[in-house]
Amino acid sequence: MSAHVNPLIDTKRNPKMIWGGVALIAVVLVALPFALASIGTAWVRITNLAILFVFLSLGLNIVVGFAGLLDLGYIAFYAVGAYTYALLASPQFGIHLPFWVILPIGASVACLFGVLLGAPTLKLRGDYLAIVTLGFGEIIRIFLNNLYQPINITNGPQGIVTIDPFRIGSFDLAKNETILGLNFSGPIKYYYVLLIFLLVVIVINMRLQNSRIGRAWEAIREDEIAARAMGINTRNMKLLAFAMGASFGGIAGGMFSAMQGFISPESFVLVESIMVLSMVVLGGMGNIFGVVVGALLLSFVPEILRYTVQPVQEALFGKMILEPEVIRMLLFGLALVLMMLYRPAGILPSAVRKRELAKARNEE
Amino acid sequence: MDIFLQQIINGLTLGSVYAVVALGYTMVYGIIQLINFAHGEVVMIGAMVAFSVITALAGTGLPPVLILLIGVLVAIPVCMAVGYTMERIAYRPLRRAPRLAPLITAIGISIILQHVAMIIWSRNNLPFPQIIQVIPYHITPSEDGATITNVQIAIISISVLMMAGLLFLVHRTKLGIAMRATSQNQQVAGLMGIDINRIIALTFVIGAGLGAVAGVMNGTYYGIAHYQMGFVLGLKAFSAAVLGGIGNLGGAMLGGVLLGLIEALGAGYVGDLTGGVFGSNYQDVFAFLVLIAVLVFRPSGLLGERVGDRA
Repeated sequence: MSAHVNPLIDTKRNPKMIWGGVALIAVVLVALPFALASIGTAWVRITNLAILFVFLSLGLNIVVGFAGLLDLGYIAFYAVGAYTYALLASPQFGIHLPFWVILPIGASVACLFGVLLGAPTLKLRGDYLAIVTLGFGEIIRIFLNNLYQPINITNGPQGIVTIDPFRIGSFDLAKNETILGLNFSGPIKYYYVLLIFLLVVIVINMRLQNSRIGRAWEAIREDEIAARAMGINTRNMKLLAFAMGASFGGIAGGMFSAMQGFISPESFVLVESIMVLSMVVLGGMGNIFGVVVGALLLSFVPEILRYTVQPVQEALFGKMILEPEVIRMLLFGLALVLMMLYRPAGILPSAVRKRELAKARNEE
Repeated sequence: MDIFLQQIINGLTLGSVYAVVALGYTMVYGIIQLINFAHGEVVMIGAMVAFSVITALAGTGLPPVLILLIGVLVAIPVCMAVGYTMERIAYRPLRRAPRLAPLITAIGISIILQHVAMIIWSRNNLPFPQIIQVIPYHITPSEDGATITNVQIAIISISVLMMAGLLFLVHRTKLGIAMRATSQNQQVAGLMGIDINRIIALTFVIGAGLGAVAGVMNGTYYGIAHYQMGFVLGLKAFSAAVLGGIGNLGGAMLGGVLLGLIEALGAGYVGDLTGGVFGSNYQDVFAFLVLIAVLVFRPSGLLGERVGDRA
């Protein structure tokens, strides 16, 4: 067992260069929304959604990457978080709680659902979990679609509108504001909030990975029986991974609700779960920075396709043959298959994962 | 009482379709312990191919049963080819990889098949041509009592025939012996002169062939085909396979029929039982609740052996 080396505290490298690099990235990240806003506010929104998906992928990475449990209904937790926020901060029930109260509630509710779902299935083999989560995702959507009669809770397929944005006192994230001569539009303000949340999540993930818990997950992923023999309570650890992943999904859902101001069951279909999974797989399961890259790639490439596919096809064939949406889905499917066949550890493989997968192949 | 009988008949029909699809899952699982997520998509492709063939032939004046038969006979080889390609490209290279890998490729394949089908057959609901005239037969003396249609009778009997055929194949032929040997221990089976790769591929192909017939039955029964129909159908069939004990052929059949009955009776009575709070729009939830309940109380399924928690 080789020692675990974290690239960020690798003492062999020059600390000045590392801090220089960090400062450069920070400047780029701070300036980015203004650069994007000059192309169009739409791109700031797209970036915000991309950050949200990075957030989701990191949550799913805990479940799939760290603990090796395949969760195919991850979007259900996102939905639970989103609806919790929407119901507690909209005219639907006339409740308007502040966001810093609701986000923890949303996370807890999602966590509760995670535990309820995980408890019966986690003691079984991983494949069952995959199918049960897949079904769970569908069930949540069916309920969201139908819980408008006899008591109207979710407002059915119409969804919930005019959801409160993040607000502290009179500071409203959705409003335009001019600070120091710069025009801060709603999406730009959300960008900064999301960025802060994201950094916190990345730090949590990194700390988790090298913690006692993270190592236990890794052990379970590599060999559950051996892990149990080493005294790890495998069921509780798996449940913990599942619950943590679910809570991150719940928080991301709350932010989505606040940012969009409108949600409907349409946003929480199976395809979204698959998309988040593709992001994790593409980036490299268990590798935090790989997952970030994977999520950003799969968020932006389809958007770029949306703007280029039509003109290119019209130039080549004179009409649109494949809609960008279809190409996007084929891309996800291909990403899943090809990555597993040729580069199972992802574009940026984690060291442990790579060793593990290589070993499995050579074992024969 | 008539409603009850009617729901039983509907449930049996539905259940036979689930059972045939569930056989595809359970065969593959039994032999290589893989959940073939894309099996639902194979069923969908079967329905779609048959749809195209039947629509093309509907105006030719051939007898309806013959048209349907041609549809099925075209759908079966297409699905078999899909099943074989799938196994060859996506699963065989990963047979020794960690468990997660083939599950993820299976999902990828499923998405690709769905969207290729969408490109070929459009994203609309395709109306299955109703060439067979549906004739209801009364099974009780009263005029407005429960009925069973000729289509339902055909679906149930074809399913039973196929299941009997499969049981015969697995338990009485040389191929079946090879399949059972491979499922018990691939290496030893290989040493006994069995071509494991061929047997595994054949398992996929047979499962896909059954899936094709199930797809056509589903399409004829509901009168509709859609590129996403395989997903829910697959999920339910998988639940059925788990209910009966995955890896066990008899279990898949029993599970399928039971699930069909649970669904039909559940959807029929849930409104009355809950005072109208939940309606039949929750029909799709039952399969899932059954799945959870089985996993909690009897993870090995009704007829299955102990699965345990092998990592």
